Amino acid sequence: MITQGKRSTVHTVQSQPVRLPAKKGSVFKHLLKHKVLLLMLLPGVVFLLINNYLPMFGIIIAFKNINYVDGILGSPWVGLDNFRFLFATSDAWIITRNTVLYNFVFIILNLVIAVSIAIALNELRNKLAAKFYQSIMFFPYFLSMVVVSYLVFAFLNVEYGFINKGVLSLFGLNELNWYSEPKYWPFILPLINLWKGVGYGCVIYLAAIIGIDSEYYEAALIDGASKWKQILHITIPLIRPVIIITTILAIGGIFRSDFGLFYQTTLNSGALYPTTLVIDTYVYNALINMGNLGMSAAAGLYQSLVGFFLVLGSNWIVRKVDKDQAVF
Amino acid sequence: MTNNEISKFTNTLLHLIFIILTITCLLPIVLVFMISITDYDTIVLNGYQFFPEKFSLEAYTYIFKDYTVIVKAYGVSIFVTVIGTLLSVFISSLYAYPISRADFRYRGIFAFLIFFTMLFGGGLVPWYMVYTQVLDLKNSVWALIVPMLLSPFNVLIMKTYFQMSVPPALIEASKIDGAGELRTFFRIVFPLSLPVFATIGLFNTLHYWNDWFNSMIFITDTDLYSLQYLMYKMISQADYLSRNGALIQGSATELAKLPGETIRMAMALIGIGPIVLAYPFFQRYFIRGLTLGSIKG
Repeated sequence: MITQGKRSTVHTVQSQPVRLPAKKGSVFKHLLKHKVLLLMLLPGVVFLLINNYLPMFGIIIAFKNINYVDGILGSPWVGLDNFRFLFATSDAWIITRNTVLYNFVFIILNLVIAVSIAIALNELRNKLAAKFYQSIMFFPYFLSMVVVSYLVFAFLNVEYGFINKGVLSLFGLNELNWYSEPKYWPFILPLINLWKGVGYGCVIYLAAIIGIDSEYYEAALIDGASKWKQILHITIPLIRPVIIITTILAIGGIFRSDFGLFYQTTLNSGALYPTTLVIDTYVYNALINMGNLGMSAAAGLYQSLVGFFLVLGSNWIVRKVDKDQAVF
Repeated sequence: MTNNEISKFTNTLLHLIFIILTITCLLPIVLVFMISITDYDTIVLNGYQFFPEKFSLEAYTYIFKDYTVIVKAYGVSIFVTVIGTLLSVFISSLYAYPISRADFRYRGIFAFLIFFTMLFGGGLVPWYMVYTQVLDLKNSVWALIVPMLLSPFNVLIMKTYFQMSVPPALIEASKIDGAGELRTFFRIVFPLSLPVFATIGLFNTLHYWNDWFNSMIFITDTDLYSLQYLMYKMISQADYLSRNGALIQGSATELAKLPGETIRMAMALIGIGPIVLAYPFFQRYFIRGLTLGSIKG
């Protein structure tokens, strides 16, 4: 009764000579009015449906025993068998551990160093020199991973590499088999990743720092704040939104890896797998080299699902801490 | 005003650190360059060095003696980069514009349609099967172009730019003057948004030029090898040079003397080449584009 009464009052208000969009037919009218905009969207929508949404239905491959005679739909269902096989091997543990640990190290290392470099660049007195340094440090970002693999190879090649021939032999140390000793790569890979990506991160943080109103610093200076105090209490808090957004996105992607880094720079050397195999390279190897569609698809789905919940999860945490800084 | 600059000592120290950092960034490329112009026997003797005892350009002479393989790969890379960049900028802007328009009621649905793909995907296997079984693009140059046509990140940057730089009143005025949507887009929105078109164009150019993954999974036909993939083949297969040495050298009998290590590194430099030359131009727009993207992420 009460709700009805309320509704009717609303209705009387609405029936005043205020012009409201007619409910029926308006959808069609609106679509017709914006038919050109819809047409502009068409190529993109077709692409998304084929490239992104159609493969989502392909997830069923993870639950099937695929054979080419019966096709995707005709092949027999096997329930969770592909997952059972995947998690029964030690592979699942190794690739999960490697993926998460490497990404964790990358996120922390790149964040701390890129922010430090950006702050330092901003403080340099000679702005022209700062620009020059920034340009050079950005350069590795432009190289393809194939090129990077050559650069790494020039240093680490067992027979001729600069480290073995130019550094270790100089000190009378034994030459090392870089491409067959897994234990070195947890140090090498973060270094390569940092070398390639720090310039990129730096640009983003520097942009945010430059955007800070100089009045904050002037006020702090009057209050007698040292440079260090200013960085700690003005610069870092004010670039926090950018740090948070990049970190959420990175955490969301913690189950995905830079395929090129793990595949190219290690030369996909099987001897290194214990410390270099990540979910992406595992899925690829299982697909191309072993032709194991089901297990490879299962690993891919495992990756997508966990990644999805990680993005939502990290965003949820940020929302709890500070509502304004959440991405969605 | 009081001086808020860092002390002279700190300034000098920071410069010193930055000089070391910039050298670190360039050192590997210098090494590869030095290897490429080192005499092969010197390498066998001393390994890769920054200052070789004996210089030689034989690696480059070998490569340029029979350059068809490289020219072909360059051709594929250039074709893919030019066509891919043009198409993807076109499609991305056509997608970004409608979802930037506040008066377009269904913009939310279409924005969700693209941004959801950042969160969840079907994975490599189903994606691979769509391209090989449904679209049948294995060993087609389109397999190198189509997969990278539309990225949510690019669309986000363009959409934000349109919203910031094109006032809705201008679009309204253009419509009152009798221009259709397409005319408004090409004559009003496009000229006002040239910087973002340039930025996204460069992003795409770099992605297409540097791509090797699509070649690796879709291409087996040697005529369709892109430059990056050719380089990948040369480093990943130690015996690639000796097996295909005849292509480069012409005569198989001299294979034993082929300076494989130096040829490899010369090849790497030939592959880096265009990026180094374009870099000063590229990075200016990149920095502007990234700055734009980070202000409104």
